[in-house]
Amino acid sequence: MEFFRIKKDIPFMSYGKVTTSISLLTFLFAVFFLATKGLNFGVDFTGGTVIEVHYSAPADINKVRQQLAGINLQDALVQNFGSSQDVLIQVPLKQNAMGAKLSEHVLDTLRRQDANVELRRVEFVGPQVGKDLVENGAMALLLVSLGIVGYLWLRFEWKFGLAAIIANLHDVVIILGCFAFFQWEFSLSVLAAVLAVLGYSVNESVVVFDRIRENFRKMRKTEVAVIIDNAITRTMSRTIITHGSTQLMVLAMLFLGGETLHFFALALTIGILFSIYSSVLVASPLLMIFGVSREDFIKPEKTEGEEVLP
Amino acid sequence: MNRYPLWKYFLILIAVVAGLVYALPNLYGESPAVQVLPLRSHLKADAGLLARVDGALQDAQLAPEVLALDTTSVKARFADTDSQLKAKDVLQAALGEDYVVALNLLSRSPAWLTGMNALPMYLGLDLRGGVHFLMQVDMKAALDKALESNASDIRSTLREAKIAYAGVSRDSGTITVKFRDAETRGKGGDELKKRFAGLELQEREAGREFLLVAKLKLQEQLRIQDSALQQNLVTLRNRVNELGVAEPVIQQQGADRVVVQLPGVQDTARAKDILGRTATLEVRMVDDEHQIGANGVAPFGAEVFRERDGTQLLVKKSVILTGERISDAQPGFDSRNNEPAVHINLDAVGARKFKEATRENVGKRMAIILFEKGRGEVVTAPVIREEIGGGRVQISGQMNTTEAQNIALLLRAGALAAPMEIIEERTIGPSLGADNIQRGFNSTKIGFIMVAVFMIAYYLMFGTISVLALGANLLLLIALLSMLQATLTLPGMAGIALTLGMAIDANVLINERIREELRNGLPPQMAIHTGYENAFATILDSNITTLIAGVALFMFGSGPIKGFAVVLCLGILTSMFSGVMVSRAMVNLIYGRRARLNKVAIG
Repeated sequence: MEFFRIKKDIPFMSYGKVTTSISLLTFLFAVFFLATKGLNFGVDFTGGTVIEVHYSAPADINKVRQQLAGINLQDALVQNFGSSQDVLIQVPLKQNAMGAKLSEHVLDTLRRQDANVELRRVEFVGPQVGKDLVENGAMALLLVSLGIVGYLWLRFEWKFGLAAIIANLHDVVIILGCFAFFQWEFSLSVLAAVLAVLGYSVNESVVVFDRIRENFRKMRKTEVAVIIDNAITRTMSRTIITHGSTQLMVLAMLFLGGETLHFFALALTIGILFSIYSSVLVASPLLMIFGVSREDFIKPEKTEGEEVLP
Repeated sequence: MNRYPLWKYFLILIAVVAGLVYALPNLYGESPAVQVLPLRSHLKADAGLLARVDGALQDAQLAPEVLALDTTSVKARFADTDSQLKAKDVLQAALGEDYVVALNLLSRSPAWLTGMNALPMYLGLDLRGGVHFLMQVDMKAALDKALESNASDIRSTLREAKIAYAGVSRDSGTITVKFRDAETRGKGGDELKKRFAGLELQEREAGREFLLVAKLKLQEQLRIQDSALQQNLVTLRNRVNELGVAEPVIQQQGADRVVVQLPGVQDTARAKDILGRTATLEVRMVDDEHQIGANGVAPFGAEVFRERDGTQLLVKKSVILTGERISDAQPGFDSRNNEPAVHINLDAVGARKFKEATRENVGKRMAIILFEKGRGEVVTAPVIREEIGGGRVQISGQMNTTEAQNIALLLRAGALAAPMEIIEERTIGPSLGADNIQRGFNSTKIGFIMVAVFMIAYYLMFGTISVLALGANLLLLIALLSMLQATLTLPGMAGIALTLGMAIDANVLINERIREELRNGLPPQMAIHTGYENAFATILDSNITTLIAGVALFMFGSGPIKGFAVVLCLGILTSMFSGVMVSRAMVNLIYGRRARLNKVAIG
């Protein structure tokens, strides 16, 4: 079986203007939503308390709200979580005068009405911790970006490093844009997913770039655009199949992994889809824009060596 | 050309077999168990303890599946939770207060595996259930306290040296000593410099007063903060022992934070109560000469506190002892009348001060006050019957065994050097933990099956080889995680699924390369060889970038995210090995020996 038996190279570079405009547009949309709606930061970053409880029968959300209002938590966010028996209660930091003691208080109150309420999970994050987590997250993002640029620089050349990191940060911004647009909860695990995507999708650019370099050596008199087109076409089958396999795994996680992994898997799903697009249709046109040429690879002393060859 | 030397096959075989053995314990699962740990340092977990445990269990007709002794504890494994809980009660009653009997889970894997140190993966709190606390130590309070005790030592030093001073006062960060003339200030300064190495002294004039301003040196501040943290760690360890947790984690994090993890603890309220108790203790005299005024106003030099039953008690302001002087407090019985009592041991300074105070106040009442978050409560207010020397104090009368235990615990709890506050909590109930394992396992299984079906359909023989290599990768990853006893969290399980999805990349790269070389007209043997050779550089490259992301996540991530990062990094390493070496070995075994190979099944 073979899905991609492409005889002629697809002229990706001639679509360069269209594809870069499309990505620029999506990028701007993402930035727009990030700026206007902002990310819906989870309790990890904002601080606050999340309590998940399990009822033996479908829970009456309104009754839970009333009970909480009885202990001065009118503004607590109460919703079903995964099933009608599971209830998630979120209390923002500023309403919580009790700190870590709040969860016991809430549970006691709920148990007064239904003794079978089972505590599934409590997360309490104080304000200091939230701030640290934001800082650490930003540091991790910076370190990953720098590490990747540095590595690509060593391995290839600055034009490649720059093109790859721009293409992949573009993926990151689009994932974040989606989270802002749908107001999905942005938690620590989503951040981890975003960073994993960053590392993973750079793979894609590396594979294409490897081919481009190889082509520069093999196809001597060919134009740069043709060389890139050939590299992308030759690696396309592999790109789609590997991403497809990873996507299968991530989809299994998205549908079977439960609520806790839901947004983590969602971020990965979006990230993997966009990374196919960006490494093919963003990174390579960027290379062209940066003016990549054969001289970037083939150093003058190499020609000397070739003269010796028969 | 597609042949490995024998030693290479052998090496790969050994790696896979070792992987199999070390991954094996995960299949057996875990059973409920109890773990007996000695609390006092002079008690050891030895054959004697093993025999006592065995005897106690036999008396109660409980038959453990396994009863074993290790370096720190005796463990007994049971078939079900019922007998586990029964055994805990029986053992706690038989062994008394000197031992902790904790509930635990033990691997059901056979003894020969455990003997090889092959243990199942160490599950994180989000998978096994339990509590995670991050506590912040209030360093400012620790420094204030140190400054306060320095101020009172300055007073007594100057008094002893017969140097006249007009007053010693403390405000935030400094101690100010007032003198009447420059000459006494000079003498006082010399004396203080000799005695207080940790203080920085500065002379200053204010109006007609000659001042000496003392500040803690930076070095001294660091030392105080560090020792406060260490003391709190010790105290927390003792308190956690009271809770009876099998494998608690109590660790310093950064300069002023402590992580406490209590696997399997369900009663979070009690855990928080005991850990979060930011208590300090003071021993003062009860003021029986004065009356509490109208509206509960206390007369000069006294304060009103509530007793535990709610009645008010008038207590003098001057402090005889603070909780730091209490080195130990244990519940027990009065040797004369067998009433429940609390035995307290004081350190040398405490013993001297206590002796003085009791000599002067026989027949009067003394109050032990516990301060929590700035509010004081009288724990107990016994009558002093006689002068007490030697630092051994016994409080008895009007209490039952439980009260005696509580008071002893409260007295020991007074040893926190600086108050602590819980700034982060993550509690996972046991049912959610079990669900999480199930979900993580299911999604990995389904994902693996889908990828396997696709790969075999698409690449035929080479697809089958890739799937086997992927299986070897999973095996090695689990074995490695079990061997390192790295903490597996739910994001970590997601990481396993993700690395499997990413690991197939190596094989897809190789297979696509081989197809391409075949299409370019190379003979199959040559195509296989070139395919593997050419793909390797790309595989290395693309894995390194993911590795960079993994390392950064490991450095900056916390808790579950760290678990994800560990799996991601290890998964990349195992996938490089299995994707390239294991699959190549299989290809070589199948195709490498054929002299004339015309066709390979690669779809």
